[in-house]
Amino acid sequence: MNELGKKVLAGDVRAASRLIRNLEDNIADTKTSLKHIFPHTGKAHVIGITGAPGAGKSTLTDELVYVLRKRDKTVGVLAVDPTSPFTGGAILGDRIRMIRHAEDPGVFVRSMATRGSMGGLSKAVGDGIHVLDVMGKDYIIVETVGVGQQEVEIINHAHTVMVVQVPGMGDEIQAIKAGLMEIADIFVVNKSDREGAPKLYKEILNMLNMSQFPDGWRPPVIKVGTSLEPHEFNRDVAKIVDEIENHREHLIEKNLLAGRMRRKTQAEINEALRAAILEPVLDRLVANGELNEMVDRLTKRETDPYTLADEVAKKYLVQPE
Amino acid sequence: MKNRKIRVLVGKTGLDSDATKARFIARSLRDDGGMEIIYTGLYRTIEELVESAIQEDVDIVLVSIYSGSHMTVFPQLREALNNKSARDIILIGEGLVPDIQIKELKESGTVEEIFKSGTSVKKITEWINRVIAEKRNLEKN
Repeated sequence: MNELGKKVLAGDVRAASRLIRNLEDNIADTKTSLKHIFPHTGKAHVIGITGAPGAGKSTLTDELVYVLRKRDKTVGVLAVDPTSPFTGGAILGDRIRMIRHAEDPGVFVRSMATRGSMGGLSKAVGDGIHVLDVMGKDYIIVETVGVGQQEVEIINHAHTVMVVQVPGMGDEIQAIKAGLMEIADIFVVNKSDREGAPKLYKEILNMLNMSQFPDGWRPPVIKVGTSLEPHEFNRDVAKIVDEIENHREHLIEKNLLAGRMRRKTQAEINEALRAAILEPVLDRLVANGELNEMVDRLTKRETDPYTLADEVAKKYLVQPE
Repeated sequence: MKNRKIRVLVGKTGLDSDATKARFIARSLRDDGGMEIIYTGLYRTIEELVESAIQEDVDIVLVSIYSGSHMTVFPQLREALNNKSARDIILIGEGLVPDIQIKELKESGTVEEIFKSGTSVKKITEWINRVIAEKRNLEKN
C-alpha cells in the first residue's frame, strides 16, 4: 500500500507537493505512488505557456488563473525556471507574480527547476501534471522557462499551447522559421502597447496566411498589454480563455484530444523504458568503472561511440533470435 | 534522501521594504549552496508565506526582517506553519534583532536560528547544510 499516493488522492496538499518533490529528486519509492494515481489521471485540460524570457508568461499565467477562477474552475500551475548549469542551484521567482492566489484553495502553484533537462521543462513535469490532475484541478497551466526557438517539449504535455510573443525581437524571418512558431494553438502578442506591436501582429498573421491547418484549427492571434488599464488586460485575457475553451471543444469535436494524449503517453512510455532499460545498464557501467574507461578510450580516439554502444548492447541486452 | 535538493523559501513580510539582503542571500544560497530558492518578493502576508512554503514543499523558511516586527512575525509564522501541520518546516530569520530577543525566540522554540545582520552568507549556507544533513540522518534512523 502506498501512503503518499493515497493521501494525494484524498486531496492532501502537503502530500501532493511532497510527491512532486520526490519526482524531482528521483526518490526510489516514487514509482509506487505513481502507479497508484495513474488510473485516475487524464481529466484535466493542460495549457502550455511558452515564449522568450521576459515575454510576460508569469504575469499572463496569473491573470489566466484569475479569469478561470471567476469561471469557477480550479487551477494547478507548474512554473519552470532554469537551474544554474554551474552550481545546480536555482532561484524560482515565477511565484511572485501569482502570489494573490496563495490563499485560494482552488489554486495550487508549484515552482520547478529544470535540473539540467533540455527542452524548456523539468523532467518531472510530465508526472507533476498527473499529480495536479488527481488533485482534481480542472485546468493545469504549465509555464516553460524562457525559451528560444527549439525548446518545444511542451507539445508532449499540453493540450493547448500558447506562444507568447513580444515586439522588438527580430524581423519577419523569425516568424516563418520552424520550431516555436509551429507549435502554437494560440498566439499572444504581449506588451501590445509597445512600439512594434502592430508590425509583429501583422507578421504573425502573414505567417498564418501562408500556413496550412490540416487539423482545421487556425491559431488565433490575441493582443494583450499588461501596462494597459487593469480592466483592459482582464478583458484581453478573458479572450484568451475563450479561445482556450474553443480549442478544447475543437479537439473534442474533431476527436483530436486522443491524439494529443497519445503523444504524451508515447513520451511517457519512452521515458519509462529508458528508466527501466538504459539506467540500470548505465548504473552498472558507472559502478564497475567501464564507463570511465570508455570515455578515456574515446578521448584518445582509440574507438568511436557507436562501436562502444554496440558492444554494450551485445553484452547487456538479450537478443531475441 | 541524500540526493534531495535543499529547497528554501526566502521571504519578506509586512511593510519592510529593504530587499537587498534577502536577494543577496537568495543568490548566495543558489550559487554557493546549490539550493533551490523560492523567492517571494516584498510585502507578503504571513498566510502567503505559509501557503507558499507548503505548496513548494520547502525544508526551510528564511524571513529577512529589518523593520523591528520580529517579535510578532516569527511567532505568527511558527503558529501558522504548525496549524497547517508543517511542524517539520524549519523557520529561521535574518536581520536586525537584538541578542536578547534572539535568545527568547530560540528558547521558546519559535525559530531555530536568527542570523544577525552582517552574518556572512557563507555561515548561513553552512548552517543550512549542516542542519538539513542532521535532520535527514535522523529521519533515516
